[in-house]
Amino acid sequence: MKGATCMPDVAVRKRLICVEEIFHEGGRVAAKPLRRAAALAVIRNPFAGSYVADIQGFMDDLKPLGLDMARALVAALGGDAKAVEGYGKGAIVGSAGEIEHGALWHVPGGYAMREVLGGAKAIVASTKKVGGPGTRLDVPITHIQASYVRSHFDAMEVGLNDAPCADEVLLALVMTTGARVHARVGGLKASEIKGEDGLR
Amino acid sequence: MKAKIRKIAVFVEETQREMDREISPPARKAAAVAVIENPYAGKFVDDLSELMGIGEELGELLTTRALAALGIPGPSAESYGKAAAVGENGELEHAAAILHPKLGTPVRRVLGKGAALIPSSKKRGGLGVVLDIPLGHKDAAFVRSHFDAMEVRLNDAPRANEIMVAIAVTDGGRPIPRVGGLTKDQIKGEDGLR
Repeated sequence: MKGATCMPDVAVRKRLICVEEIFHEGGRVAAKPLRRAAALAVIRNPFAGSYVADIQGFMDDLKPLGLDMARALVAALGGDAKAVEGYGKGAIVGSAGEIEHGALWHVPGGYAMREVLGGAKAIVASTKKVGGPGTRLDVPITHIQASYVRSHFDAMEVGLNDAPCADEVLLALVMTTGARVHARVGGLKASEIKGEDGLR
Repeated sequence: MKAKIRKIAVFVEETQREMDREISPPARKAAAVAVIENPYAGKFVDDLSELMGIGEELGELLTTRALAALGIPGPSAESYGKAAAVGENGELEHAAAILHPKLGTPVRRVLGKGAALIPSSKKRGGLGVVLDIPLGHKDAAFVRSHFDAMEVRLNDAPRANEIMVAIAVTDGGRPIPRVGGLTKDQIKGEDGLR
């Protein structure tokens, strides 16, 4: 337990792994299908029900869970971290919490994916909201090395019919193995990445 | 492969805690979903045998994927279920053609056994339609602890000319079953019911 406040350990109620394998979307069948995977964890929100000023210590508490989810994603995509080209993250905070609780996921979620992927330079695209059970979240996805790679702009819809309950937070990490299946709107290509600033 | 598959999605749900009680081992359910072209979209066809053949293929493919996602051998699976959603240019009978005549045999072959009827649901719907895949024990339909369901949904399916087909497999029943009835250790496994 780190941080100024004493929090209970992260209590996970349920987890979900979802892997999509996309062969085509009306065009030619891809030689290598695009795969997108999402890892979800539904945890108890230790701050639900009242306003707590000092919440930062919980970011450290979330790190092991983040690493576990990131590793599970790589495993679900075949086990080779080098195959991962896009990523994103998100959170849905149950109704007894606040959006700021979802923001606690930025550091541990992003840190975990960078750690597992090794050397990913681009900022991890993210989104979050407050919502009830069944709320869907469109988790944005961008290239792990260069945010401007247009072919890799994507999103994956995630959610669980029974989560998040009022005193829970649903945490999400997403990874993909490539560009949209029929990407053809130009822009910076993955082959043109300089890889210096995380943008281009 | 007869089926023209646009995408496959596999979901694994693991419940580790329910009402703040730890579930050990966690209750796990997996669903594999295929989104395929509906060869009969937009027209009435009497003979649905092509879809029946597709059902046979998908029975094997989706059961194999769901089992692999759980990481267990076939005989360790405890309950199963199937479902389909037909896009708006198809008819409910197309779902029936996939699910009922030929899909079950390869499911049971992959699982090793499966004396019980595979519970099913079907509907027509648009993109994002929700499938509640019913679940029942694979060897004895009356096992009350294993009556359950798994919700799956894909925001981009089924398109009008598509069919979404799902098979769910679990390695256990509900997280904290306590409404009595036949239990799994009482299964005779002869008639598929008890």
